[in-house]
Amino acid sequence: MRMQGLKRHLFEIGLILGMVVLFTTLLLSLVGASPLEAFSHLFAGSLGSWAKFSRVLNVWIPLTLCSIGLLYAFRTGLWNIGVEGQVVMGAIGATAVLRLGLEASHPLFYLLAALLMGMAFAALWALFAGWLKVRGGVHEIFAGLGLNFVAMGFVLWVIFGPWKRDGIASMSGTQPFPLELWFPSLPGWRVSPFALGLTLAIILLTAWVLYRSRIGLNLDAVGRNPRAVRLFGLSPSRYMLLAIMVSGALAGLAGGLQVTGIYHRLIPSISSGYGYLGLLVVMLANFRLAPVPFIALFFAALNVGSIQLPMMMQLDSSLAGVIQGACVLSALLVFGLRTLRKRGPSDE
Amino acid sequence: MSDFSLVILFASVLATAAPLIIAALGETITEKAGVINLSLDGSLLLAAMIGFMVSYETGSLIMGFAAAALTGALVAIVVGIFGIYLGLLQVAVGFALTLMCKDLAYFLGNPYSRLQGPQMLSVKIPLLSDIPFLGPVLFQQPLMVYLALLLIAAVWWYLFRTERGLELRAVGENPEAAYTRGIDPRRKQLLYTAIGGALIGIAGAAYSLGIKPGWGRPQGIEGLGWIALAIVIFGGWHPLKVALGAYLFAFLQVIGITLQGVWPSVPAQVFQVAPFPLMIFALVMINLLQRESVQGWVSAHPLLQTLIRQLQCSPPRALGKSYRPD
Repeated sequence: MRMQGLKRHLFEIGLILGMVVLFTTLLLSLVGASPLEAFSHLFAGSLGSWAKFSRVLNVWIPLTLCSIGLLYAFRTGLWNIGVEGQVVMGAIGATAVLRLGLEASHPLFYLLAALLMGMAFAALWALFAGWLKVRGGVHEIFAGLGLNFVAMGFVLWVIFGPWKRDGIASMSGTQPFPLELWFPSLPGWRVSPFALGLTLAIILLTAWVLYRSRIGLNLDAVGRNPRAVRLFGLSPSRYMLLAIMVSGALAGLAGGLQVTGIYHRLIPSISSGYGYLGLLVVMLANFRLAPVPFIALFFAALNVGSIQLPMMMQLDSSLAGVIQGACVLSALLVFGLRTLRKRGPSDE
Repeated sequence: MSDFSLVILFASVLATAAPLIIAALGETITEKAGVINLSLDGSLLLAAMIGFMVSYETGSLIMGFAAAALTGALVAIVVGIFGIYLGLLQVAVGFALTLMCKDLAYFLGNPYSRLQGPQMLSVKIPLLSDIPFLGPVLFQQPLMVYLALLLIAAVWWYLFRTERGLELRAVGENPEAAYTRGIDPRRKQLLYTAIGGALIGIAGAAYSLGIKPGWGRPQGIEGLGWIALAIVIFGGWHPLKVALGAYLFAFLQVIGITLQGVWPSVPAQVFQVAPFPLMIFALVMINLLQRESVQGWVSAHPLLQTLIRQLQCSPPRALGKSYRPD
């Protein structure tokens, strides 16, 4: 039985990848570019050297954190589309703490406090979206999106207003933090081992919470049948708020790590679209945890590899996004056909 | 504030609202038939790019609009087939498509950015445009503005005064009942999803060939698709109220641009996000009005009651649920 399940899985993955490669090849031929050249640039640009791969890991960390956070919200049936704004709020919270620690003698304390503050900021921002859904009756997709744009306006305001650089305020962000306030990375690495370890720990913890713990069971029950849950004396809206707050906290952690470990300052595009991309990762993973780290790694490699395209081939780097979207649509198609076949061809 | 003029204000509100109205009415038709096309934001951008590209290559605005309409319809048909026939979550398909279309637009549009292409000019209606105040506001506008106004009336007429409009609404409210009456709900839904998508495509071209001419990255219309989606809810799936919502948001946008002149130190992006919190606020208000406690208070004030009854609305009952014949 297990072997058959594995075989079917591999067949489906192959089918999805086949469709994506076919589609991308057609698209590249359409614009008169060599598909082979593009694929080799994508590959060499992301996995070609250790330095490049460590850049991929730097994308993998926030993308995985956002995706895992989304899993909690999806468990209760919530579409936390606001994850993008929550990354931004996390970055703002972390920056606020680091600014206090500029002259401090315990930089490590401020670094950790910055991450916690980022998580708290983002969790509250997510709670607001959840509250609008539970109490205000605003669909979380619209509440989340609206709050994303507000967060975007907010980060621009702090960069151009209260936290502007001495002399000039610009899109390049706030004044970079001194070296003491950077998360240390090993020589030759661009990745902070602390961030990498933290992300791995969160993956394992989430596996336990979602699949082994009582809370995970309850979250799942809320998503499947809120009315039945109420009969057991549980409050569905409370679990929804809890889930969206965890989701926000993990997005905030991603934002905080972007500030402390990658950019070392606050920039307008601090979230880099990882929130929206995380939604695609989770969809492609069919809302399960196990595939998330691998899909996130694949997507991160595409993002990093595509940076070369404008220079080498005069192609826009958004090719990465097109391939990622094609993956999700192909996967949805395969999943859809699978359930259709299971139900029987009755009247199709 | 010396160069502030009401004529310019009203004229630009009408022009800014035009594409928003066309897109929101397209989505209204789709949702009235029971399908959510969440790909709006991305397909708007893709259609804007395709519309510009085609009219740049052919030199014909009509070809550009036709290509944009086709693009919008094709994206919508993907949502339709995946959602209606394969029974997948319409929201999931739409969201994936919205991100993908956006990137596809930037990818394909790369060679066409910052080019001078054909664009719609304002049409001066003889005689009428000479009327003081009303003339420049109403009768000296790009063709899109007149099209949007016509479309409001046409969609209302179709939905509420024709047999086919009744069928459309029936499919969105109760597809099972429609089926027993000999209507194929899925075919109808696919048809109206495609028509709605075509209108969204036309709206995209109205930006790249008129309101915000040309193509670039960013194009400056990112996020407007989401606004259009919110306006459909805000307008309670009713074409007249949807149009009203679009004018309101266009007004906010134009006011934002005016205020920017007053406070030049505040970056433009801050003003651009202003409509979003207002959108959330409006959605909360609409929901609060449906609470029983508020209803009780309202019923004591007859004048208020008629006003609030106008604001109440409920979504099409089968919205987002894929119909399966047994």
